[in-house]
Amino acid sequence: MNEYDVMIVGAGVTGLATACSLCRYKLRILVLEKNCDAAFGVTKANSGIVHGGFHYPLTTLKGRLEIRGNQLFGEYQKRLHFPFKRCGIILAAFTEEELAKVKELYERGKKNQVPGIELCSKERLLQLEEKLSKDVLGGLYAPEGGVVEPYKYAFALAELAEKNSCDIRYDREVISGTWKNSRWEIHTAQGDCFTSKYIVNAAGLYADRVSGCFGAEEFAIHPRKGEEYLLDRLSPARPSKVVFPVPTGHSKGVLVIPTCDGTTMVGPTAETIRDKEENCTTEINRKNIFALAKNMIPSVSEKDLITAFSGSRPAMDGEDFYIAPSEKVPAFIQAAGIQSPGLTASPATGEYICELLKKEGLTLEEDPSYIPDLPYQKPLREMTKEEADAMHKKDPAWTNIICRCEKISEGEIVDAIRKGHTTLDGIKLYTRSGMGRCQGSFCSGKILEILARETGRSYQSFTKRGAASFLTAGNLKGKEK
Amino acid sequence: MNILYYDCAVIGAGAAGLCAGARTAEKGLKTIIIDRESHPGGVLLQCIHNGFGLHYFKEQLTGPEYAGRVTANALASGAVLMMDSTVTEIRENGKEKLLTVYSGKDGVTLIHTKSVILAMGCRERCRGNLGIPGDRVAGIYTAGAAQKLLNMQGVLPGRTAVIAGSGDIGLIMARRLSWCGVDVKLVTEIMPYPAGLSRNIAQCLEDFNIPLRLSTSLTGIYGKDRVEYVTVAPIIDGKADHSKEEKIFCDTVLFSVGLIPENELSRSCGIKLHPVTNGPVTDSNSMTGIPGIFACGNVLHVHDLVDFVSREAETAADNCVQYIAGMDKEETENNIFPVSPEGDLRYCLPCSCKKGKDVCFYMRSSAVRRKARLTVSCSNTLLAEKILNYVKPAEMISLTLEGEKLCSFVPGSKISVTLSPVEE
Repeated sequence: MNEYDVMIVGAGVTGLATACSLCRYKLRILVLEKNCDAAFGVTKANSGIVHGGFHYPLTTLKGRLEIRGNQLFGEYQKRLHFPFKRCGIILAAFTEEELAKVKELYERGKKNQVPGIELCSKERLLQLEEKLSKDVLGGLYAPEGGVVEPYKYAFALAELAEKNSCDIRYDREVISGTWKNSRWEIHTAQGDCFTSKYIVNAAGLYADRVSGCFGAEEFAIHPRKGEEYLLDRLSPARPSKVVFPVPTGHSKGVLVIPTCDGTTMVGPTAETIRDKEENCTTEINRKNIFALAKNMIPSVSEKDLITAFSGSRPAMDGEDFYIAPSEKVPAFIQAAGIQSPGLTASPATGEYICELLKKEGLTLEEDPSYIPDLPYQKPLREMTKEEADAMHKKDPAWTNIICRCEKISEGEIVDAIRKGHTTLDGIKLYTRSGMGRCQGSFCSGKILEILARETGRSYQSFTKRGAASFLTAGNLKGKEK
Repeated sequence: MNILYYDCAVIGAGAAGLCAGARTAEKGLKTIIIDRESHPGGVLLQCIHNGFGLHYFKEQLTGPEYAGRVTANALASGAVLMMDSTVTEIRENGKEKLLTVYSGKDGVTLIHTKSVILAMGCRERCRGNLGIPGDRVAGIYTAGAAQKLLNMQGVLPGRTAVIAGSGDIGLIMARRLSWCGVDVKLVTEIMPYPAGLSRNIAQCLEDFNIPLRLSTSLTGIYGKDRVEYVTVAPIIDGKADHSKEEKIFCDTVLFSVGLIPENELSRSCGIKLHPVTNGPVTDSNSMTGIPGIFACGNVLHVHDLVDFVSREAETAADNCVQYIAGMDKEETENNIFPVSPEGDLRYCLPCSCKKGKDVCFYMRSSAVRRKARLTVSCSNTLLAEKILNYVKPAEMISLTLEGEKLCSFVPGSKISVTLSPVEE
C-alpha cells in the first residue's frame, strides 16, 4: 500500500500546510521528512513573525501569499489552537533617510490593502510602544501583524493532516524519483519505495538536491544564516509589539520580538554561508545584534540572555518564492526559495499549491469524513488552580511539575512522547520543557527517565534531535537502564 | 482542593529546609517542609563524596549521610515532609500566607500558614546565560546536572570532557568522571584564581593530573550532532585573545560557572532582592521585606559549606519562632541599623541589624589577599575586628557582633563592615 496520489518532500510549515490543504479531499497523501520530527529544518529556527504585509509589492508571489497568509492565520488558529497573537508590528525610523523609506513602505502597505496600517509620528509611536528609544523619529504601525510559535504551528498542521489519514514518515531521506507508467517511483536512503501521481518539493534548504533527484530544474539554494538570542521572561525590554528597524537590502533587520510565551527574542542576522548544516552562533554577531536591538529598545541587555540559536533561510537567486509546476518533468510542483515571509505565507502557500496541483490535473473531491479541527488541550501553566485540580482527577500526572521554569507537567511530557516526539528537542518544542531560564539543567534527567519508562528504550538510545546527537554515553555498571 | 493549616511552611527540603523545619517543629511550631523531589536532602543526595559536616557534626560525612542525619532530625522533631510537591505561589492573605502547591499525588493543595521559611537553594548558570558561541549540540551539561545523571541515574554523560569554570561542583565532577574512566582534558577558569575551595583544587585536580588553566576562556563549542571540540583562549587585558585560540577535542562540556539563588517564588510575591547576592534582602531577624517570610541557605546567598547553611537555617528558624510568639505585638521601637559592606567586600548579610541582638555577619571578598583586616564600626567607633589569612572570593567569611555593643548608638546610624588588605 505504498501508493499515493500526492507525495510531499519536507515536513516544515510549507509541506505540512500543503498536506493540510490537501487532506480535505479524497486523496492518499504522503509526507517524507529526513529529520526525526516535524519542523526540525528551516521552520525550527525562525523568528516566529506573522508579517504585516508591507515589505513586498503585490507584483511578487511572496507579497501576495504574505497578505493572504496573514488573513488565514486567525482561522487556522481557531481550528488548530497553536500559540499565535496579533500583537501588532511597529517599524521604527531613526534617521531622515529611514523616515523617507517608511513613507515608501506605508504607500506599499496601502496599495497592498494592509488593514489598519498607520503612518506614525514620534509621539504616536512612543504611545504605542513605551519601550522604544526616545530617539525614534517616526514609523509605521501594522496592527494585524503578530507572533506565532512556528514549531507548535507545524506540529498542529502535522496532527491535523495525520488525523485526516495523511501519512507522515520521519527519518526518510529521498534519494531518487523516476517517472514510470505515469507515476513517480520514489526511493529513500533508508530503503523504502513509494509511488505517487504527484510530487511537491518543499524540502527547504535541500529543495535544490530534491529537484535534482527527480531530474527536475537545476537551481541552487543559498543558505542565509540568522542568529537569534532569547531573553528571560523577566527582561524589562519585552515590548508589547514586534519592533522592526527600517529594512536595508535583503534583510528585514534585527527585530525585538515579544514571543507568544512571555520571553523576548532579538535577531536575526542575515549572512550568506556555504554549509547548509552550519548552525553556529558567533560572538561578533551576538555583539552586533545586541547593539542594534539596544538602539531601538535601550533596556535590551545581554544580562538577560538565556540561550541563542541559529538557522538558515533557503534563499534563491531572484529572491522571490519559486512555487510552480516543473517545466522539465511531469506532475511535479516546486516549492523552493521559501525564505521570509514563508511562515506567514504558509497557509496561503498550501492553498496555492493545491490550486497548482488541480491545474496539473489532480482531481480534488471533497472528503465527507474530513475533520477540520483539533481538540484543544490547555497547558498546565495557563490553568487556574481549580482547572489544574480538576485535571488531576482525570490524570494525576498533570499536576506533577517536571519543568519548574516553564511549569510543564509530567502529563504534558507523556502526551508529547505518545504523539511521537521522542527526542529531547522534540519534547521541548512540543511542551516548552527546558525552554526557560535553567535551559533544561533540572528537567532533562527527569525527562530521560520518563522517556525510558514510556518507550521501554535504554537511556543511551535517546538523542537531542535525532541522528548521532546522543545525550549519554552508557551506564556505570553496564546494567541496562 | 486540599486545605492545610500550619504555623510554619518551609519551602525546600535540602540542608537549609530540613534544619530550619526541624528547629521550628522542635520549638513547638506546627511545621511542614515541602519539596519537589521524591527524597529529602536536596543537592546533598547527589554529592556522594565526603567532606561534609566537619563543623556541624564534627565528623566527616558524605552528602547522603549528611542528608540522612538532617532528615532524621526533621522527622524526629515532628515536622511533616511533603515530597513530590511544587510550590507555585506564595500570597499574603492578611497576617497569614497562602501557599499553592501542585503534586501528582494530591493535585492542588492550599496551605494557610503563619510564617514561611524560604529554603529553595540555587541553580547553576548555564551555557546560554554566558552566550558562549558555537553549535547547539548534545553533550553540554551543567556540572550539577551531570552529577545527578551519573550519581543518581547511573548514566555516563560522555567519554572525554572539558569543564568550563572551576566552581566546586565542576572540580568534584572532574574527579568523579576520572574515576569512571572519562578523560577530563582540562578545566578552564576565566579569573586569575580558582572559583572553588583550595582543598578541591588539590584533591580533585592535582591528585588526578587534570590541568587547570586560569585566565582562560572557553570561547566556543562545536560539533554536528554531539560536541566534537571546544576552543579556549587566554584572557589578556580582560578579553579573550582569539589569536591564541586552541582547539580541544572532547565529546562533553560541563559548566561550573556560578550559582544563582532560585528566587522566582520570592520575586513573584514581591520580596525585594539583593543586587549582588540575587537572594532576598534580609534583616538581622533573617526576615525578608515581607513580615513572616524568612530566608536561609543558598536561596539567600550561595554558601561553600553546608555546615554554614545548617547554622544559618537554625538562626532563621529561631527568628521565625520569636516572630510567631510576638506576632500580635506591635513593633513600635525604631531599632534598625543599616549595614554597609565596604573595602574589598562584595556583600555582607544581613543588610540590617538591631540593638541588643547578637548578629552573625556572612560576607565574601571580591579580591584575593594574603592577609586582610575585617572591621565593624559605627559612627567612627570600632566595634569588632579580626585579622584574616588567605582571603579569597571562593571562601565565605563570617563574624559575630554582640548586640549589646550597639546600645550607645542612635538607631538608624550606619554600621560599616570593612575588609581591607594588610601590607606585610
